[in-house]
Amino acid sequence: MSDDTVQLEVNGVPVTARKGQMIIEVTDAADAYVPRFCYHPKLSIAANCRMCLVEVENVPKPLPACATPVADGMKVQTRSGRALAAQRATMEFLLINHPLDCPICDQGGECELQDLAMGFGRDVSRYTERKRVVKDKDLGPLVSTDMTRCIHCTRCVRFGQEIAGIQELGTIGRGESTEIGTFVERSVGHELSGNIIDLCPVGALNNKPYRYRARSWEMTQHATVSGHDCAGSNLYAHAVRGRVMRAVPRPEERINETWLADRDRYSCHGLYGEDRLQEPMLRRDGEWHKVDWETALKAAAAGLKDAVGRSGPEGLGFLAHPSSTLEEFLLVEELASALGSANIDYRVHRVDFRDPDAEPTVPGIGVPIADVEGLDAILLVGSLIREEVPILAHRVRKAALAGCRVSFINPTVGEWLFPVQAEIAGGAGMVAELAAVLQSAARKRGVAVSERLADVVSGAHPGPGHDAIAASLGQESVVWLGLVAEADPARADLFAIAEELARLTGARFGQLTVGANSAGAALAGVQPHRGRGAVPRPRPGLDAGAMASEGLDGLLLLNLEPEDFPPETRPLLDDARCVVALTPFADDALLSCADVLLPTGTFLETSGTFVNCEGRWQSFSGAGRPPGEARPAWKVLRVLGNFLDQEGFDFDDTDEVRDALVSHLDGLSHGAQDRPDRILARESASPARAVGLYGVDGLVRRSEPLQAAAAASGDPEA
Amino acid sequence: MSDSFKDTTAQAAAGESPEPLTEAMLSAHAREVIDGWLTRFPDGQGRSAIIAALRVVQHENNGYLTPPLMDAVAAYLDLPKVQVYEVATFYSMFETHPVGRHHVSVCTNVSCMLRGGEAILAHLENKLGIEVGESTPDGRIFLKREEECLAACCGAPMMMVDHVYYEHLTPETVDRIIEELD
Ligand code: SF4
Ligand code: FES
Ligand code: FES
Repeated sequence: MSDDTVQLEVNGVPVTARKGQMIIEVTDAADAYVPRFCYHPKLSIAANCRMCLVEVENVPKPLPACATPVADGMKVQTRSGRALAAQRATMEFLLINHPLDCPICDQGGECELQDLAMGFGRDVSRYTERKRVVKDKDLGPLVSTDMTRCIHCTRCVRFGQEIAGIQELGTIGRGESTEIGTFVERSVGHELSGNIIDLCPVGALNNKPYRYRARSWEMTQHATVSGHDCAGSNLYAHAVRGRVMRAVPRPEERINETWLADRDRYSCHGLYGEDRLQEPMLRRDGEWHKVDWETALKAAAAGLKDAVGRSGPEGLGFLAHPSSTLEEFLLVEELASALGSANIDYRVHRVDFRDPDAEPTVPGIGVPIADVEGLDAILLVGSLIREEVPILAHRVRKAALAGCRVSFINPTVGEWLFPVQAEIAGGAGMVAELAAVLQSAARKRGVAVSERLADVVSGAHPGPGHDAIAASLGQESVVWLGLVAEADPARADLFAIAEELARLTGARFGQLTVGANSAGAALAGVQPHRGRGAVPRPRPGLDAGAMASEGLDGLLLLNLEPEDFPPETRPLLDDARCVVALTPFADDALLSCADVLLPTGTFLETSGTFVNCEGRWQSFSGAGRPPGEARPAWKVLRVLGNFLDQEGFDFDDTDEVRDALVSHLDGLSHGAQDRPDRILARESASPARAVGLYGVDGLVRRSEPLQAAAAASGDPEA
Repeated sequence: MSDSFKDTTAQAAAGESPEPLTEAMLSAHAREVIDGWLTRFPDGQGRSAIIAALRVVQHENNGYLTPPLMDAVAAYLDLPKVQVYEVATFYSMFETHPVGRHHVSVCTNVSCMLRGGEAILAHLENKLGIEVGESTPDGRIFLKREEECLAACCGAPMMMVDHVYYEHLTPETVDRIIEELD
């Protein structure tokens, strides 16, 4: 180890560093701040801003700390007269062409240029000549530009090249006419594109929908967790008087690092649209009426009780969006149990409900998110991972660039922006193609596939692609089912084959899960076959598909709209006699099928817990106030429980609700699952059944900037 | 990676064409030249061949580049388009707008300036009725930017016409050189 380290001094203090580290990493670790613009720990080193100049003893000129490797015996001065003079001179150069329009700049108050000019610049400008002006670029609906403010640090350019994997911005022209742009006008369309806003150290790239809406110092910052995919990205929501104005990433190395997907950043711009439900509503004689909470809750309780009266508890169903909080799930389950019904589900996106007992008790990807980049091989079956879980796609990309062999079996070819070992698209359909991989793996290892899969595998003809995939899988690898597989009519077959493939090859098996909290739903017992703690129910109820085919008398919906249902099960909503919907939004489709509407808060307006795809529990508190009369859903469910005269609904906050669940988890069965004896091969769907990047939930569907971005990039599904 | 497969038969059968083949815009000769340059760089270093590729493509297109041509180069070298735009806009020897077919550039750096280079330039501007950076309306002459020393100081004042140096210039020799161009 000692060969690997060097001893040096930073401002007279001895420090130890690793060979090859840059001075700036060492000064940062030693808490000796060096000003910088172009340097960013997640990007390559450009060393083009020259703001980080420091003095090194016996070196005649100041050196850029971001691009100078440490050496034994080096004596670094970050605040000596020469260092400060060099930094001040650089600052003066950088400000020559900068417009200094901070009063009308959104970045004002949270600007690296402003801060460093204050800390390291002169107090008056000596520059009296004309400044240059740069035409703004149209980068689409998400990022606004004020290019005269740009200092050409190229962070945004390197982000495209190195993180997104698609370079859209470049350095056009040279010398005084250098501009950052796309040259040929086009919008930036990558699913992580909004991160260039945070990277830009000046006000050149800003959040477009947030433009001129608030100033950074008048907002309060709330730490929360995003509710749109199973990664559970950490974010800060910024609010003014209870209204959420924008979202920015909250660094969490284990999950989203310093990034945030556009979906998580811009969904909050859908919060206050026209069809936001602000008062409880009741349908009487076919007409909608705004009513007070008591009237609405009484009507809801009566509607559910009447349904039980007419059809028994079996006539009652409970459906919740997979992005609901753990506490909401728990209270819905409590309500269902109290009324005697096991017809409860969160898997509304599914059409194939076969073999429920074969599934793991808590669905997830089987490895910690942070470990993904160290895997040797990844096989994705039925997954458009870039739109399903953008933050996870970024980890897969990192893995692929480091040599991990990533393969896909999908209905159609995708655009992945990282090296792919094999991509099997279309062809004989996902089931047959996956079976061919299984057969190849079994053959190569000289083992037999289990009896129940014999039929499926016997007809398979592995080609070179299948062989390559099968050969790549081993210890440090995963087989993942994506959301296309999840929504496929042959989901159960894909599941069985993929799981067997993982077992045969020693790979780990996992699923990208729907919404933000499928794992939470499973833990809270929002499934007909497994109750709280995922313990098998003695008398299973109807799943979402069976509810649709059998029909229901009364139905409670949590955070769901008709658009969340596949066409097969959507008629359920119209056929049920009484539909009580707890929902933040009410569009015409919901108005036409519901009977009682109870306005609730989105994940940004409630406290709660999400369990992500690696099994991490993340509790958060509300960032904004639900508008009007809307209330957090867990409170509405609690009061509804009281109105139904049920015990066990007296919780004071979400922590209590969550803790009530934790006591149930001892029974969590991690043991072997029940596998069916025989798999009946079904054909998988083509084209893919996918909701698209910006169709995952009501909030995202209502975010105008996201919808405009989807339209600009020509995504037909979103 | 050698074991790389793309099974796109199903798509092709469904009639969906992949990306339009912009590299088809490049002539056989241009491809040959680019391929030659590619052999001089390690695999995957197509970016190093951008200058050479743009030079041959510009030459074949009457001395200027268009976005479709630059896109074709990007497609051929398998690079993001903007990386090609970066190079094309950085170097003064590339033109990204239509210009006249003969490129004339006059040096006005120190040696040439002392020997009357600026007068030569003014003479040319007068004669052609255009300013530096413009082309004659008949598309014959493009008066390129002022050059900053083309290393022919001993023959100052000088200008370059279509890559050929002309030295010891007088207004009369300039007139003759320009008139001889087609
Ligand atoms: S736009 Fe911002 S991030 Fe991009 S080069 Fe300019 S200052 Fe840097
Ligand atoms: S931060 Fe070192 S040169 Fe920009
Ligand atoms: S100054 Fe004109 S060629 Fe050198």
